[in-house]
Parts: sequence; structure tokens; C-alpha cells
Amino acid sequence: MEITIKLFAYFRDGRFKEAASRFFDEGTTPRKVITSLGIDSDDVGVIMVNNRHADPDSCLQQDDVLAVFPKIGGG
Amino acid sequence: MAEKIFRVDMTDLSTSVEDVPADWMGHGGRGLTSTIVAAEVEPTCHPLGNKNKLVIAPGLLSGTIAANSGRISFGAKSPLTGTIKEANAGGTAAQMLAKLGCKAIIIEGMPAGDNWYSLHFTADGITINEETELIGKGNFAVVETIATRLGDKHGIITIGPAGEMKLLSANLSIKDPDSNLRSGGRGGLGAVMGSKQIKFIAIDPTDAKVQIADNDAFNAANRTFAKALIDNPISQALGQYGTNVLVNIINEAGGLPTRNFTSGQFDGHEEISGETMYDTIVERDGKPKHNCHKGCVINCSQIYNDVNKKYKTSGFEYESIWAMGADCCVDNLDHIAEADHLMDDIGIDTIETSVAMGVAMEAGVLEFGDGAEVCRILKDEVTTGTPLGRIIGCGAGSVGRAYGVTRVPVVKNQAIPAYDPRAIKGIGITYATSTQGADHTMGYTIATNILGVGGTLDPLSKEGQVELSRNLQIATAAIDSTGMCLFIAFAALDDENCLPALIDMINARFGISLTADDVTSLGMSILKTEHAFNEAAGFTNKDDRLPEFFSQEPIAPHNVVWDINGEEIDTFWDF
Repeated sequence: MEITIKLFAYFRDGRFKEAASRFFDEGTTPRKVITSLGIDSDDVGVIMVNNRHADPDSCLQQDDVLAVFPKIGGG
Repeated sequence: MAEKIFRVDMTDLSTSVEDVPADWMGHGGRGLTSTIVAAEVEPTCHPLGNKNKLVIAPGLLSGTIAANSGRISFGAKSPLTGTIKEANAGGTAAQMLAKLGCKAIIIEGMPAGDNWYSLHFTADGITINEETELIGKGNFAVVETIATRLGDKHGIITIGPAGEMKLLSANLSIKDPDSNLRSGGRGGLGAVMGSKQIKFIAIDPTDAKVQIADNDAFNAANRTFAKALIDNPISQALGQYGTNVLVNIINEAGGLPTRNFTSGQFDGHEEISGETMYDTIVERDGKPKHNCHKGCVINCSQIYNDVNKKYKTSGFEYESIWAMGADCCVDNLDHIAEADHLMDDIGIDTIETSVAMGVAMEAGVLEFGDGAEVCRILKDEVTTGTPLGRIIGCGAGSVGRAYGVTRVPVVKNQAIPAYDPRAIKGIGITYATSTQGADHTMGYTIATNILGVGGTLDPLSKEGQVELSRNLQIATAAIDSTGMCLFIAFAALDDENCLPALIDMINARFGISLTADDVTSLGMSILKTEHAFNEAAGFTNKDDRLPEFFSQEPIAPHNVVWDINGEEIDTFWDF
């Protein structure tokens, strides 16, 4: 199934800046997608699926938009 | 050097030095400014009249080597909100004043004539001098001129033309270590200094040191504290991208107020994002990392150069970029940087003024997205004080009233900043209940609602938001008293070594034995002092509400409205 992936901050370095579509097996999770990109799970701060916060082990669906942020803050 | 209270009476142009009353000894920063304002200012007074007072206080740890302890607090009754107000900022002034033995400066009264003055703070006290050359000048000219008069090592607190004109969004600007500016931005305290006809305060450099009761304990605690800050991954990201790293995550969460609060996402978010800003700074030989005061280990400020690689602005913050960017639909970072620079020079709050521009765009005064016209209005109208310039310079509420706009994002007449309360509900509680009008820094629920700091809480659910905001507002009031930058909170919320080390430093500095519970009690008592002032000024729980359009107009992408009712909001004060 096709998932759109958006990376932010230094997660883009050496990967991709624009949103990218990739194909994964049914039942894949944010954690599996993140690992496939060579990102250490411990560095991940926030995961969103379709603009909502999501659990790394939740089940992704066809056409989901997955956004992955490192630990960031501001204000 | 024992700390003293320095009083300046602008009515008879006299100064005096007083011992610190016992009740004020345990206070610093915001705790002290709010305590003094509550004790000495009539709550019903006109904020620009002779009964208001401007109080300036370094924090409890300012002037020491404690990491990130260089914040200075300004307090008064706000001309923008009519509430009590504290605005704090970095720069060099807090550390210099603390080293000169200043617990607080209280400026009261106002001169009878039209003359303007400056204050000069030296080791011997404060002198009042008549000022003519710099009247009408921008803040950068003030800093340059004082450097030629006194040398470039002086601390400076100054107002621009906005403060002189007593515009309600006028800020106080503080010189940073590179002779650029930081801002005590919100609530129009620059207008209060302007009402007292003081253009600037110069502070002598000094080699004096702040007294520490137990140096060894202090140094050990500071090492632990600084390590907690440096090791924190959020500190590291702040150093690279600045606070503007938030544009993309708040946009992704659907909480980035866009086009005068009519959408939660901005098509041009990538163009104004922290990632783009970082690339632009590097490409133009600027500095992604920069500190606003000595001893800061986070370095969230930056030097942003223009296309010709010449300095344009620094301290280029997320809230300023959001306000001029997404809220006004300007997707050109250089226009936003130019506007930021102009607002620093005019001495006007970037959040209030930019949100006011967004309301003016809705009114048809200018087009959404017209960054060049924004800059023209700032230069030709606000700086010179034309009627339009004054309407915009008096804030978002002022523009709404003048042009009959009903979608005016303010609470207690202060503009709502960069997080939409419909999509991020905890921050709505902070906007509604803050003692100082809408202000994200008073209880930054974004940490937990969005960033996963200090736990997690669904931003779209009503559950737990009042308690989250209350706990953060109490903690923030305490942190704002220490002279610490609020960004220590990211480490304090998630690193168990951070907060105890901070308390150990306060104890070692004063030879006392505060516990974590004492610090919480301090935060609670500050909030209650501020709340009592507001009630005496005429505010009620009915003022702790968001504008009605938030309950009536759903925003994309979540299509949600503000749905926490007044009764639920009022439980905030149950402590």
C-alpha cells in the first residue's frame, strides 16, 4: 500500500525534503516505516498520521500521510 | 554588595535608594515586579497616567554564572489590557543591574512639561538627564549613539517612536551582547516608559560580582543544571533551527492560525519554516546559533542576513514569523525579516502588530499576502504616527474597533499568538485565564499537547486541559522569578536532574533551603497576587473567555470549534 511520508528538521538530511510516496506491506506501522528510513526510534519526538498524533505501533492504512519529527520545541 | 531598591520619581525628577523590605526579599523577576505593582499601583488607575509605575527587576539568579539566567522583567499596569503585566527579555541589562546591586528599579510619577529624559544607572545610583538628540529616533540609533557617547559596553533599555507616541503595542528594547535588540514585547510597557518621558536607561558596565552564600554548592549545582540543558535534544534543535522549527509541526497539527484565524494550515508554511530559514542563513553567511545573553547554552537566537549577506535581523522568532507569515499570508521570509527589523527599530510588539495587520487585511486596508505593503505601512504610517499607523500600533483590538471587524483574535485586548485554541485546546485555557491577556508563554501547553514534552495530552480533547494549563502557569510564574529563560522548561519537564539543580542554585545563592513545594507555592502566590490586582481593576471571570468566533467558526483541517465552556474555564482558579 502507498504511504506519503513527510520528514522534518534534521531527519531530512541525506533523505528527502519534499513529501515522498513509498509502498509498504499491508499492516505496516510508523515504527517500521521509520526504521526503513534508517532513523533511530529514540530520536523521534512526534509522529502524526493524517494530522493527528499517532502511536508508533499503530496500523497504517492506504493513502495515510505520516509525518515524523525529531524532538523539537520552541515558543 | 547588598541589594537595594532604586526609586525614580519623574514628577520632581528625584531619585532615592531604599533597603529591600522583608516581604520582597524572596522575590525576583516577575514575582517581584508583580508584588511591587500590586502593592503600589492603584488597580483602577489610568495606565498612562501619573499613578502607574514601571518596575524593572532582574531575576533571583541574574548576574550569577548560572546558565541561561539573564532575563529581565518589566512590570506595570498594561495600557493594552488594563491588567497587571510582566514582560521579560534577554539582553545584557539583567546581569549588569544585578551586579550593581539592583533588586528593582521603580519609576513613578510623570514630568509636568514636555521635556524628555534618560536615566543613567551607575555604581553610585541613578541620575536623570534631559535628552533631546535621540527623541523621535529608532532603537538602533539609540544604541549606536549611546555607544559613541559612553562606549559600547553599556547596557541599554530603550523605547522607539512607538513608545514615545504611547502606542498600546509599544515594547521595551534591551541591548544584546552584539548591540542588537531583544524585546520585552507584550502589553505596551514601552508606552508606560514613554508616558514618563524616559527615552532610554543606560547601565554602566561593572566588574562587581553578585554575592553567593555558598560558592561550591552553587558551582556544583550549575554544572548539573547546564549539563541537563546542553544534553536535552530540544535545546540542540533550538540551537540549529531556532524557535521557528515550530512552523511545520504546528501546521501539520492543524493549529497554525492562517489568514486572520480562518484556517489551521498555511500553504506557504515550507517557505517560512525553520528548515528553510536555517538553509537561508547558512547560504547567506549568517549565524544559525546566537545567544541573547552571556551564559546561554541553548542559543536559539540567530543572525539572519539579507540577499546581499548584510545583517537584517536577529532573535527571529516563531511567533513573529507566524504572525507576519501565516496569519497575514506572507510567504516571503525576507519581507517578514524586513518587517521584524522595522518593528524592532520602531519598538513595537511583533505579535500584536502583525496580528493587527491581519485584522487590517480582513478589513480591506491592504491585501492578504502583501508583505511589501506591510513594510511600507510600518515605515510610512506607524513610525510617523499617521492615523492609520496609530490604529495599527494600538493593536489588533484597535483595528477591529476602527474598521468594524468581528473576527478579532484577542483576549483582554491582547492578540492571540501562534497556536489556534480550537485545534490545541490547552493553550486556549492559557489564553483565557492568563492574568495578562492572551499569551502563550504564561502556560505553554504546546509542550504536552503537541511536542510530547512533560507527557502527552490530545490537543483536540477537552479532557485535562484546565489542569495542564494550571500546572504550567504555576511553574512558569516561578521560573519567571528566577531570571531563567523559559526554555529551561523543556529540560525541567523531562530531565529529573534539572529542576532540583535549579532549586539548589537558588538555595546556594541566598543561603536558604527551599523545597520543590516551596517553589510551587511561590508560583501559586504570584498568580493569586496578579489575579487579585485584576479583580480590583474591575475584571471578572467573564473576561476569562475567548472571542465568540472561536465557538462559531470551525477551522480546517480538523473542522473543530472552541468547546470548553465558561464554567469549565472558571475551575482554573480552584487552587
